[in-house]
Amino acid sequence: MKLPWIFRYAVLQCALLSTVLLLGTSAARAQTPDRAPEYFPADVQYGAQIFASQCAACHGENGDAISGVNFRAGQFKRAVTDTDLRMVITNGVPGTGMPGFIFDASEITGIISYLRSMSSFNSRSLVVGNAARGRALFEGAGKCGSCHAVNGKGPLVAPDLGDVGALRTADFLSRTLADPAGSMVPSNRSVRAVTRDGKVVTGRRLNEDTYTVQLIDDQEHLVSLLKADLTEYTVLKTTTMPSYKDKFSAQEMADVQAYLLSLKGVK
Amino acid sequence: MNHSPRTSFLLAVALLVPFAARAQVTADRLLHAPDEPQNWLTYSGGYASQRYSRLNQVNPSNVKNLELKWVFQAQSLQKFETTPLVVDGIMYVTQSPDDIVALDAKTGRAFWVYHYIPSPAARPCCGVVNRGAAILGDTLFMATVDAHLVAVDTKNGHAVWNTKLAEAASGYAATMAPLVVKDKVVVGVAGGEYGIRGFIAAFDAGTGKEAWRFNTVPDPDQPGHESWHGADWEHGGAAVWMTGSYDPDLNLTYWGTGNPGPDFNPNQRLGDNLYSDSVVALDADTGKLKWHFQFSPHDPYDYDSVQVPVLANSNWNGTPSKLMLWGNRNGFFYVLDRATGKFLSGHPFVKVNWASGLDADGRPITTPQPPGQPTFPGIQGGTNWYSPSYSPSTGLFYLSAWENYSTIFQGTEAEFREGQRFTGAANTNPIPGADNPGGQRVGPIDMYTEALGSGAVIAIDPQTGNKKWKFDMHDVNSSGILTTASDLLFVGGREGYFQALDARTGSLLWKQSLGGEIIAGPMTFQVDGKQYVSVASGNSLFVFALRE
Repeated sequence: MKLPWIFRYAVLQCALLSTVLLLGTSAARAQTPDRAPEYFPADVQYGAQIFASQCAACHGENGDAISGVNFRAGQFKRAVTDTDLRMVITNGVPGTGMPGFIFDASEITGIISYLRSMSSFNSRSLVVGNAARGRALFEGAGKCGSCHAVNGKGPLVAPDLGDVGALRTADFLSRTLADPAGSMVPSNRSVRAVTRDGKVVTGRRLNEDTYTVQLIDDQEHLVSLLKADLTEYTVLKTTTMPSYKDKFSAQEMADVQAYLLSLKGVK
Repeated sequence: MNHSPRTSFLLAVALLVPFAARAQVTADRLLHAPDEPQNWLTYSGGYASQRYSRLNQVNPSNVKNLELKWVFQAQSLQKFETTPLVVDGIMYVTQSPDDIVALDAKTGRAFWVYHYIPSPAARPCCGVVNRGAAILGDTLFMATVDAHLVAVDTKNGHAVWNTKLAEAASGYAATMAPLVVKDKVVVGVAGGEYGIRGFIAAFDAGTGKEAWRFNTVPDPDQPGHESWHGADWEHGGAAVWMTGSYDPDLNLTYWGTGNPGPDFNPNQRLGDNLYSDSVVALDADTGKLKWHFQFSPHDPYDYDSVQVPVLANSNWNGTPSKLMLWGNRNGFFYVLDRATGKFLSGHPFVKVNWASGLDADGRPITTPQPPGQPTFPGIQGGTNWYSPSYSPSTGLFYLSAWENYSTIFQGTEAEFREGQRFTGAANTNPIPGADNPGGQRVGPIDMYTEALGSGAVIAIDPQTGNKKWKFDMHDVNSSGILTTASDLLFVGGREGYFQALDARTGSLLWKQSLGGEIIAGPMTFQVDGKQYVSVASGNSLFVFALRE
C-alpha cells in the first residue's frame, strides 16, 4: 500500500547501484531475502573498526568464537534479514551474554555491512583513519572550517557538521569528500533570488513550499521570501566545496572521514 | 398552562418540525444524497463518488471571504485521513484508532464520543488510520484497524453490534469508510503487505450478519483462478482499502483492489494475478461478479487500484453513456463503460515508463526498465487513494498527482509467514541521500522536491484524456478534492495549505495555511442557510464559512 518499511530502510542505505563496487556475489544477494542490495566498502571498513572494538571480545576476530555462530560463514543463530541483525544488535538477546548496543544509524549500517562482507573482507586493505589527525586536516590544510561549523563554532555558509557522524554513513562521507557535487543532497542546495526591487538574495535553502522559500543568507540571517515577490528564483546544483580526491592521500582521506564519523552531536 | 386546541396543534407542528428534520437516514435518502446538499451522507458525498456538491453559496467571487469557524482537535497524533458525515446539522467524524465523535456542525461542540479499543494484534501496514463512517437509519457503521465492523447508535454513541471481518493477527485490517447499499453494509479488508487474501463483504445493517462475500483472489473452482500458479493465490493479497461506489439502476457496486502479494517480486506469483489491481463490479444483492477490469496485470510496482470509482453519466461518441472515470496509481487515466466493464480510453497523466501505452482492450504494453534504472511513476504512484472529483458542471475529472516521481524497483524472494510482512522489497531511491517523500510528511521541512518529484492538481477532460489545466505544487500532493456547483475546487496538499481554485481554469482564488499535511478529502455542508467547508489537516479538522 503506502510505503513498506523495507523501502525506507533501503533508502537509508544510500544505495547507488551503478557507481559503487559490489562486495561479494551481487546476483546471489539479489535473491536473498531482506538484505540491502549491496554493502559499500567504506561502510564495511567502518563496521570492521567498530566490530574490532565492540564485538570481537566475545565473537572473536573471525566472528566464530560463539558456538553456533560464524559470521564469516554467514551463520547466525537468530538473524536472517538485515532487520533481524539490527534488532539483535540493538536489543541484545535476553538470557545470553549478548547485550543491546546503542549505535547510531551510520554505525549500525557499518556493522551490518561488515557482518555481511566478512567472508570477502581483506583486513590488510584496511586504511584506518585517525580522528585527531583528521581534525587537524579539517581545520588546517583542508580549510573545511572556512565554510563548515562544528557544533556552532565556525561559519554557517555550509551545514554544521557537529552530528554528521550520526547522520551520514561512512560510504556517504567518503563519496562526498571525493565528489562533493555528485553526492550533494538536495537539502544542501544554495539558492539565488531577485526581489521586485532588484535586491539579490543568495544563501543556503532551509525549506521551500509552493508559495515561499526559507534560507540562511550569506550574512547568516534567517530569511523567508514570498515567491510572488520575486522576479527570479534559482536552485543551484553546484557547490563551492572542492574535491579532496587529489589533495589528500588515502590515509588523509581516511583520517578526515574518521574525524567526521566521530562527530555524533552534542549529547 | 392551558392552550386552545388550535394553539396546541400549532405547538405540536412546531415541535414536530425539528424532529422531522432529524429523521432517519433511509436507504432512499442515500439514493438521492446529492439532492440534499446541506448534508454529506456517504464518504464520497453520494453513490456516484463524485465528491461534488450542489451548494453554491461560496463562489469564485466571495471565496476570498472564507474564515475559520471552528476546529476539532483529534485526540490522536496518527494520520488524519477522515471525511466526516453531516446529517441534519450533526457531524460524525472518526479519529484514530477507531473513535466516532458526534459534533454540532455549527459550533464543533461534541455530543458524544464512541471509543473502540482495537486488538493489540492489529498491524495496519501504513498507519493506524480510519477514513470515516457510513450511516443508515439511526446507526453508524465503522470498520476498525483490527478488522471488525461495528455499528453505533447515532443518538448516544453506544455500540449496537460488532462483527469480526477477519483475523487481525494474520495481517487483516480495515481502514476505509464502509458503504451502505440498501439494507447492507459493504466493506473490504486491508493487509496487502502481509500476504492476506482480500475480500469484499456485505453485512445486514440490522444484525451484522454476513450476507455475502466476494474473494478478490479466486478459489481453485472460481473463474480467474487460472491467472495464478500453484498455491500462490493463498497469499495473493488484492486488499480492498478504499470505499466503493454504487449504481442503483444497474444494481452494481464497484470496488478497486490492491496489489498482489508479494508486492515487488512477481516471479513468485506468475500469471495476471486476478483480481489484483482491478475494479470489480458486483451484484449489490448477492456479491456475484458481473465484470472486472484489471489495470495492472502481474504488477511488480505496488500499483494498487483502490482509487474511489467515480461514476459519471455523459455522452461518449455522441451517445448518452454510463461511464466510470479512473485516475490510476499506475499513471494512466481510464474511461470504462460501467455497465459492461468495456475499456473506452486510457491516457497517461504523469510521466510513465513502465508501459509504452495501452492496447485496444486497455491492457498495458509493458516496458520494464533495466535493473538499477528508475521506473515512473514510483512506488507511491502517479496518484493513490486520494479522493478525486468529477464536476458535472465543468465536465472535468480532477485528481491529485505526483509528477516526475520514480523508484528503482528491485524485488527479492519473500518467505510467507502468517502475520508477517510479505513484500519482497529491495527498492531504492533514485537520489541517494535525498529525503524520501514517502507516504506522509515527516516534519515540516521539504528539501527533496526538485530531485524526487512534485505535486499537482490535474483537470482532465474525460472525452479526450487531455489535461485541461494543471495547478503545480512544490511538494507532492496527497489531498482529496472537492468541487461545487459554483465551479470551485477545494484541495489541500502536503504543505498544509488549503486552497480554493477556479474549477474551470485552475487559477488560485484563496488559500489558508493550516500547518499540517492535508491527506483527507474536503467536504461541504450547510446548516441554517450557511455553507461550510471542512477539511482535516495535521491532527485537526478545520471548518470554514463566509465572513458574516
